[in-house]
Amino acid sequence: MTLKNFAVTFVLGSMALVTVGATSMRAQSHVNSPDPALGAPSVASEESHVNGLTGHAGEGKVLYRRYCIGCHGPDGNGEGMNAQWIDPKPRDFTEGTFKCRSTPTGTLPTDDDLYNAITRGFVTTNMPAWRPLTPQQRADLVAFVKTWSPRWAKEKSGTPLAIPPETPITIDSILRGRQTFQRLECWKCHGPQGHGDGPSASTLTDDKGNPIRPYDFSSGSRFMCGSTNQDLYRIFMTGLDGSPMPSFADVVKPDEAWDLVHFLRTLQPLKTQEASLWQTYKAAHGADIKPIGPDAAAGAQ
Amino acid sequence: MYKWFANGADRTRKSWVRPLVTCALLMLAIVIGDFRTASALPTGKVMAIPAFARKYGLPCSACHTAWPELNNFGMVFRDNGYQLMNDRDSLIWQNPSYFPISFRITPNWHRESTSDQPVDSIPGGGTGSTLISRNVTQAGFDLSGMDLWSAGTIYKNISFILLPSSDPTAVWHFESAWIRFDNLWGNSWLNLKFGRFELDNLISEKRFLFLSGNGGLYQVYHFNVPGSSNNFGIGDNQIGVELAGHDSNSYTRYSVALLSSNEGGVNLTNSVTPLPPGNPASRSFDGYMAFTKAFNAGSWGYEEFQAYAYVGQRPTYYQTSQGVQLVGLGNEPFYRVGFAGQLHFKNLELLPFFMHGHDSAYLGTSTADNGSLPLGAHAPSFNGGFIEGQYFVNPQLVFFGRYEKVDVGQQAFSSSVSGLPGDYGNVTAYSVGYRWYPIMFSRGGVAWHNEYSISKSIGIVPESGDGTGLPPLLPTNGVWSSSVFIGFDFDF
Repeated sequence: MTLKNFAVTFVLGSMALVTVGATSMRAQSHVNSPDPALGAPSVASEESHVNGLTGHAGEGKVLYRRYCIGCHGPDGNGEGMNAQWIDPKPRDFTEGTFKCRSTPTGTLPTDDDLYNAITRGFVTTNMPAWRPLTPQQRADLVAFVKTWSPRWAKEKSGTPLAIPPETPITIDSILRGRQTFQRLECWKCHGPQGHGDGPSASTLTDDKGNPIRPYDFSSGSRFMCGSTNQDLYRIFMTGLDGSPMPSFADVVKPDEAWDLVHFLRTLQPLKTQEASLWQTYKAAHGADIKPIGPDAAAGAQ
Repeated sequence: MYKWFANGADRTRKSWVRPLVTCALLMLAIVIGDFRTASALPTGKVMAIPAFARKYGLPCSACHTAWPELNNFGMVFRDNGYQLMNDRDSLIWQNPSYFPISFRITPNWHRESTSDQPVDSIPGGGTGSTLISRNVTQAGFDLSGMDLWSAGTIYKNISFILLPSSDPTAVWHFESAWIRFDNLWGNSWLNLKFGRFELDNLISEKRFLFLSGNGGLYQVYHFNVPGSSNNFGIGDNQIGVELAGHDSNSYTRYSVALLSSNEGGVNLTNSVTPLPPGNPASRSFDGYMAFTKAFNAGSWGYEEFQAYAYVGQRPTYYQTSQGVQLVGLGNEPFYRVGFAGQLHFKNLELLPFFMHGHDSAYLGTSTADNGSLPLGAHAPSFNGGFIEGQYFVNPQLVFFGRYEKVDVGQQAFSSSVSGLPGDYGNVTAYSVGYRWYPIMFSRGGVAWHNEYSISKSIGIVPESGDGTGLPPLLPTNGVWSSSVFIGFDFDF
């Protein structure tokens, strides 16, 4: 009798499975690409090399399907079925444009950059930190992500930006950084207090025309591309490609960049050395501090 | 295994069983051979507990190996208090239409068959009727119970679950209800949970893939030595407070819980429903500890191990008023210790589990501890466990199977005293099946579930999810209880 049960279960189940499956596929074939589920990657086979690991696109494809497809989509173009509810929109891998890089603006990121992005996630987006995946799995995903854009077949990754040693954190450095913040008109997007509410903030769009908000420094300790002073330095020296945040590598010297880092730290709700110095200075010289923004700019002129 | 199948088959009908089996295997082969086609299905539609999918926009396969079972990312999400630990955790990010509620139910057809059941020789009983041993089989369309899931964050770092759950006749109880204060002082090692919750079992019975009457429970999770008054089951939700912690990827976790000694009962009884009324609880507490450690295994995935211990006590008699029980007294101890594993080999997952259980002689013989133990009484103990295998063809198709074994190592009374066989109460069980998730959207999902399970218990009522069965006429007889389950498991 037990054998009969076993057989009947699988006969009925399998028949229904096939029937439902066929019906389902017919009904929804319009959402499928010709190649199984994930479209046809532009590069057939790709590897990544991260921290001594070699990632394989074939393994990454399986992982992509499990973890990433809901947002980044079956074609890697950021049009997953959940993308319509996500703000900011998921990355379009087919363009080969990435915000968080260690490489100059306009160049491809390194494998390490992609690996770090997957590991770290993006605090101001729906992209979580994928640290629960093993390092090998993350390396495999990097390899697969690189198959979506033909840029990876034609170009090499850019040379990572060299970050000089950090200058001493002093009130003079912070004040110089504040002047740089004013001069570069960072306040137009990020706001005079760094709250992401500058006069241009509401007009910003990414390179696909989607509205995008500038970073609000008062929101916490992490930035989109990291949390350390080096990360912050790297962000405005490389820019966030695909977003309105440009690279300032050509207009800011390294010392000025460190000054700016030190000032930006004072905009965060953190107990840092920069914040402590700034609070002390404000208490003593509050009346002498000129406000940041258009009035200060006009005064300067 | 082969012998078991052969013995179980009705040999007189071999002529049609064989073609049927052949047909089944062929169909199975077609399905297996059609994996490529299967993977061409709309893969973007693999979503999870819809409430969370709605909240974060992640595919369900991000958190589940196959829902409802969690993968490591899902465990980290759970351990973080249902938060991704970015700024989207705050409720302010939720669309006003977002409501953290999901429903789950499983319309099904199932067949339950139990051997060696004492039945009346003349239906209806009466004069001349005697009890004879027969198979009892029932089958038909049916409903599962229903889960009304609500879970999420009340505030950043304050999470909750409220899970009213019903049986198929819509008798409700609170399966889970807790609030958790996450990341106390910004530290992921300090999380405090308060309420009724599942113990930190590495292999969760609440989230496993089995649904049938016999397979829909881990035997050892609910096993107690026959004759014991202990009602503990490590698979049952308990009520109390838990301090837990984990590292950033939950590769290292701990849990310490202080729990009422009432099997998760409410209203200071050991029952979660008003009928039948539960016995009054005692005023004592149990403790549970678990430590889990995972290791990176490269392209295989990760390998996780857990050691656990539950130390508890149960009353052996009651303070009464005119015979009415008021408060449990005479607490006697018991413990359960063991280990579990979650081993990944790419698409293959193996789940080993082992438990050693021990009850005091008073509990084991159901004797009030203000009296004397019966002559020849022992503190009973048992060893049990299972090995479960899951093969994920893709996030939408999983095959699974399980082998379970529970041995009563030490009976409460030796055979020479009780006259019972030495293997009295032993259990062996097998389950196989598959789940296919054909269409799953972020607002809901469906799993097509097929399962076959069978258990053999010596001399006792089979532990079965449908709660049916009687002890055999002879305590030496093994009772075979089998389930066939075919259904649509859906949530939205």
